[in-house]
Amino acid sequence: MATSIAPRPVTAPRVAVPRLRGRALVPWLFLAPAIVLFLVFKFVPMFQAVVMSFQDVRPYLGNVGVGGRNYTGLVQSSGFLSAVGNTVVLAVGQTVGALVVGFVLALLVEGQARSLAFVRSAAFLPVVVPVAVVAELWRALYSPSPDGPFNEIIALFGALPQGYLNDPGQSLLSVMAVGIWRDAPYDMMIIVAGLVGIDRTLYEAADIDGASRWRRIFHVTLPGLRPVIAILLTLAAVRGLRVFTEVFALTNGGPNGTTEVLMTFIYKVGFEQNRLGLASAGAVVLFLATLVLTLGVRAVRR
Amino acid sequence: MSASSDTALGLTDGRGSRAVRLVIGIVLVVVFAGPLLAMTVTAFSDGAGGLVLWPEELGLENFRIAVDLDVLRYLGNSFVVVGGALLLQVAVSVFAGYALARKRFRGAAFVMVAVLATMMLPEEVLAIPLSLVLADVPVIHVNLIGSLAGVIFPLGAWGFSILVMTEFMREVPVELEEAARLDGAGEWTVFSRIILPLCKPALGVIGVFGFTMIWDQYLLPLIVSDDASTYTLPIALRSLRTDPDVTVGVLMASSLLALLPSVLVFLFFQRSFARGLTAGALKG
Repeated sequence: MATSIAPRPVTAPRVAVPRLRGRALVPWLFLAPAIVLFLVFKFVPMFQAVVMSFQDVRPYLGNVGVGGRNYTGLVQSSGFLSAVGNTVVLAVGQTVGALVVGFVLALLVEGQARSLAFVRSAAFLPVVVPVAVVAELWRALYSPSPDGPFNEIIALFGALPQGYLNDPGQSLLSVMAVGIWRDAPYDMMIIVAGLVGIDRTLYEAADIDGASRWRRIFHVTLPGLRPVIAILLTLAAVRGLRVFTEVFALTNGGPNGTTEVLMTFIYKVGFEQNRLGLASAGAVVLFLATLVLTLGVRAVRR
Repeated sequence: MSASSDTALGLTDGRGSRAVRLVIGIVLVVVFAGPLLAMTVTAFSDGAGGLVLWPEELGLENFRIAVDLDVLRYLGNSFVVVGGALLLQVAVSVFAGYALARKRFRGAAFVMVAVLATMMLPEEVLAIPLSLVLADVPVIHVNLIGSLAGVIFPLGAWGFSILVMTEFMREVPVELEEAARLDGAGEWTVFSRIILPLCKPALGVIGVFGFTMIWDQYLLPLIVSDDASTYTLPIALRSLRTDPDVTVGVLMASSLLALLPSVLVFLFFQRSFARGLTAGALKG
């Protein structure tokens, strides 16, 4: 804030008024492209989503207000409730899983050595791979035939071939594993950055006190990482709630709806069944959930 | 200071520790980079019906088939989208950042809150009304469905880039700007000759992150395209898969083409990436 321009003394008011007006326009001219794009592609659609969620949307015929009927219809449809359940399970499992794996990885690859920098970069690769590519790759890895890559690996340990994404009992866990594979390296990178900020004298003090490695991690490292972990948890949980592409490209909700999440449900209701009011209600619920989660975490942290 | 105080685990440089590290390193690389390597090998293996780690017959057959299936056109669409949207995104962000960082005006705080609010509006939530907006853009009444412009424009303003640019432009000392103004520099000169050149690192950050974000778009091109002619490569992968003639090898060859640009950008601009990663995460 220190760099903002101090207000200039106005010397000749009669001349300065029009000039001042021109000056006042300058910031708005620079902001205009952003404002127009945000308005048209963010705020107008958001407003429309809220409006449509209270309407029966009929293209060309005109929309009719139906009060809260879309919302009650949503709660009564079994697909919605199981999608909410799957979304929560997936979001929690993926978030916690990626964080735990990411933390362990970060501890293992922390350090200055060049070889460690190489390992970090290699392990980070999944983060930059487009989700659609991740999905195709993992579908191939999960191939349920006996000569699928994972089935061949588990066969080495004497296990029978599994169905993975095709098996209703394993599908959600299989999707979760893909999410952890992709998110853990991201968490790792952020935690490594956080580890740098931990006071080294605390480690020395712990050594002098004869603390074991575990005590050191629990009493020095983890408390030092608390803010970083809180942020990662929030980001990942919000991302988990709105997950779409992974699920759409991996299973599209199948088999038997066992991996149906909120967004794939909304997509089907909206774009395939053309029930736009119902889908909008679902979108508004999703938005409120992410909002409550973000603001809630922020409130707890203060 | 003992070496064991350097890291949380406190592994020393002893021989045992080094062996442990080597094993850990190999496991990590295999788990996280291995599948990508398998994908690459499979792509170059003629007639591969599943993922392979060692090519039986090295060749470009998979790519040839992929090209016959119009993969180059999808790749081209992806490049058009990323080129157009990134250019727009960077321009919009530097303009907005300049106003928010260097100008004091009524409504600035409100605009800032609005920018933050857009970051809390997930595009997934907006998908359905956005498709209606794109079919009939307010005021100008243009239909952008079925055109790449429909993918490009909604990506034009991104809160993250605007925030990064604003933070960075705040750091430029006000004396530089005042000196230029005393020399008679106008608004545009101050912006383009003084502020912008000093923000090259920030341009790197928003360029790299913008590229990755745009290249990874899925839902937006999915709702915009009404037939295969406007598919971007990521969404084309799914329809390729449903083609009974497409083998895993062909699919992996196409996937490799979809993956290569973002991996190259990451490898070449790792420094910008690291800078933005911590900035983005700490902002939340």
